[in-house]
Amino acid sequence: MASINMVKALNLALAEKMREDENVILLGEDIGQDGGVFRITEGLLDEFGSDRVIDTPVAEAGIVGAAIGMSIYGLRPVCEMQFSGFAYQAFHQVEGHLSRYRTRTRGRFSVPMVIRMPYGGGIRAIEHHSESREALYAHTPGLQVVVPSTPRNARALLRASMLSPDPVIFYEPKALYRAFREEVPDEPETQPLGKARVVCEGNDITLIGYGAMVRVLTEAAEDLSDQDGINADVIDLISLAPMDTETLVQSVSKTGRAIVVHEGPRRCGIGSEVAARLAESALDHLEAPVRRITGYDVQFPYFARERAFMPNSDRVVQAARELLDY
Amino acid sequence: MPKKTIDIEHDLTHLSILNEKGEADESLAPKLNGDTLVTMFRNMLATRRLDERMINMQRQGRIGTYGPSRGQEASQVGTAMALRPDDWTAQAFREMGMTLTRGWKMDLTLFFWGGYEEGNAVAKGHNDLPIAVPVASQTLHGVGIAWGMKIKKKDSVCITYLGDGGTSEGDFHEAMNFAGVYDLPLIFIVQNNQFAISHPRRKQTKSRTLAQKALAYGFEGVQVDGNDVLAVYSATCDAVAKARKGGGPTLIECVTYRLSMHTTADDPTRYREDKEVKEWEKRDPLIRFAKYLRNKGVLDDESIEGIENDVKDEIAAAVKRYEEYEGLDPLDSFKYILAELPPDIQAQQDEFVAALQNEGKMSH
Ligand SMILES: Cc1ncc(C[n+]2csc(CCOP(=O)(O)OP(=O)(O)O)c2C)c(N)n1
Repeated sequence: MASINMVKALNLALAEKMREDENVILLGEDIGQDGGVFRITEGLLDEFGSDRVIDTPVAEAGIVGAAIGMSIYGLRPVCEMQFSGFAYQAFHQVEGHLSRYRTRTRGRFSVPMVIRMPYGGGIRAIEHHSESREALYAHTPGLQVVVPSTPRNARALLRASMLSPDPVIFYEPKALYRAFREEVPDEPETQPLGKARVVCEGNDITLIGYGAMVRVLTEAAEDLSDQDGINADVIDLISLAPMDTETLVQSVSKTGRAIVVHEGPRRCGIGSEVAARLAESALDHLEAPVRRITGYDVQFPYFARERAFMPNSDRVVQAARELLDY
Repeated sequence: MPKKTIDIEHDLTHLSILNEKGEADESLAPKLNGDTLVTMFRNMLATRRLDERMINMQRQGRIGTYGPSRGQEASQVGTAMALRPDDWTAQAFREMGMTLTRGWKMDLTLFFWGGYEEGNAVAKGHNDLPIAVPVASQTLHGVGIAWGMKIKKKDSVCITYLGDGGTSEGDFHEAMNFAGVYDLPLIFIVQNNQFAISHPRRKQTKSRTLAQKALAYGFEGVQVDGNDVLAVYSATCDAVAKARKGGGPTLIECVTYRLSMHTTADDPTRYREDKEVKEWEKRDPLIRFAKYLRNKGVLDDESIEGIENDVKDEIAAAVKRYEEYEGLDPLDSFKYILAELPPDIQAQQDEFVAALQNEGKMSH
């Protein structure tokens, strides 16, 4: 058992899989010599060489498009987009090809590859480095979209993503990269794609989120318990596509109240999807409207204003009290 | 300190072997035996005849919109014939001659333009990517495949096809750059058919040739008469041989002409003169190659008629299979979305089934 942060956990997952499978190769900007701007790929060039840890030109469509070809040819590429804010340069490859190859060729060609990208606010970065646009990917049929929330599940999820027969968008909450450490087992483990995780249990209200927002939810749950004696189920979605409706419905059937939290904009966001599923499948159990605490439908502010902008536990606590009084 | 000229390597050739009268420069002509020449001719003829049939069928409403290949048979067949089965291709959408040459059944052409994914279900053992509609996006997949070959130390190569319009896309730039930087066994076949829908070649780029674009990426560019199957074949063989030996990528610009409309939904009289089309008809790749083969004594009236009949039968059989196809299962859309259907999409499938049953389109 070692105690490591998320950067190390992701690095470990990559190294472990690369040792097992010589078809796993990495492509990205500054991932080799430099170890990646967040150091996720640190040391991998030395261990695996430049044929497997490829420093590419600044060309996102090139990285993703080439990786599609590689993966059809039998390799298992893992691409790094330096920031999710620059992955739009490759979005046409994702929507136009990556997500479609299996259907288009009736299974003759599939594209088992992973695109990792850091997202989210809270790191005092310049424009294009703080947004959360996971809904764009979750909205695209044929993609699996997952978001880790702790070092341990980051490692296990990345491993599962690299093992998946279909493409995975691996959305990394960069605010958590070095936020805390967690014990991870010596042996590699996997976490199933498509399953949510119950972080803690309570009977009064369900708090739903993912990525960096899971910490906001657990903090809110503690405050609610300490200050109001309200006990919350906290659900970490982990997988945005597919979404684990069952776990959500189970929890809300018990609590009758739900709040969903994310950094990305509200309109057509993941929260809208969660609310719709609860309306469709748990209406009889709902005692109050589902609440969304999210980024607003405006541009994510420059960092001087980001703390005020981002969802926080106070807002969750306040909303929970309102829902319990509803 | 002084201002001086940089001596960049540049060497641009234009290759033409077979002229419009069917006369070849035998010193340049590839040494092909009679059987290979006949295969080449047959592939070109099959492309022409299926193409004609497709347009008719579109007019009769038996398939959807169709993108014709007429006039580009030499560029498509000549390039594909330079490949081995373990080589790969990454095509755009106007490469029917290439797919037939690579052994694809005509059925796939019919199914694709008839609106079925079945048309892109490339058969096992065929190392060809399906039709890619987004212009030039496939060039990057070609990069990845060629890269895979290099990593796996294979002596195979990949050809990626695009049009003159495709050279203006960003993906083309990224693909050319990657191919050059990593010295990949990738051959870019640019079918310069003079138009991107209505947009003429001269407005696509200020470059005098498309071939010269390769020079900026540090590799060889060649221009060939794209209506001359011998020149196309010969230039492609050279590029393939170079790539197999680790010599890296080549771009071949095939100068040709789209004799038909962009697609059956297009009216080319809005943007080009009939006079120009007539001029290019004189350079028809099929007529010229037939003359050559007759002069050489490889083919005569009788053997050509035999091939025509053979092709006619093949088309008829494919059309029959297409029209008698009974695989139209609406649930097909759910079958290939992921290796395993996740529960939330499974629930949507159940909902779809119920809707179909309700509409009487599916039995309970
Ligand atoms: C990215 C993209 N933009 C626009 C289109 C619509 N479109 C289809 S074909 C075409 C012109 C392509 O010209 P060219 O590359 O010269 O190939 P050709 O059609 O002449 O074979 C356009 C604009 C498309 N398919 N993809």
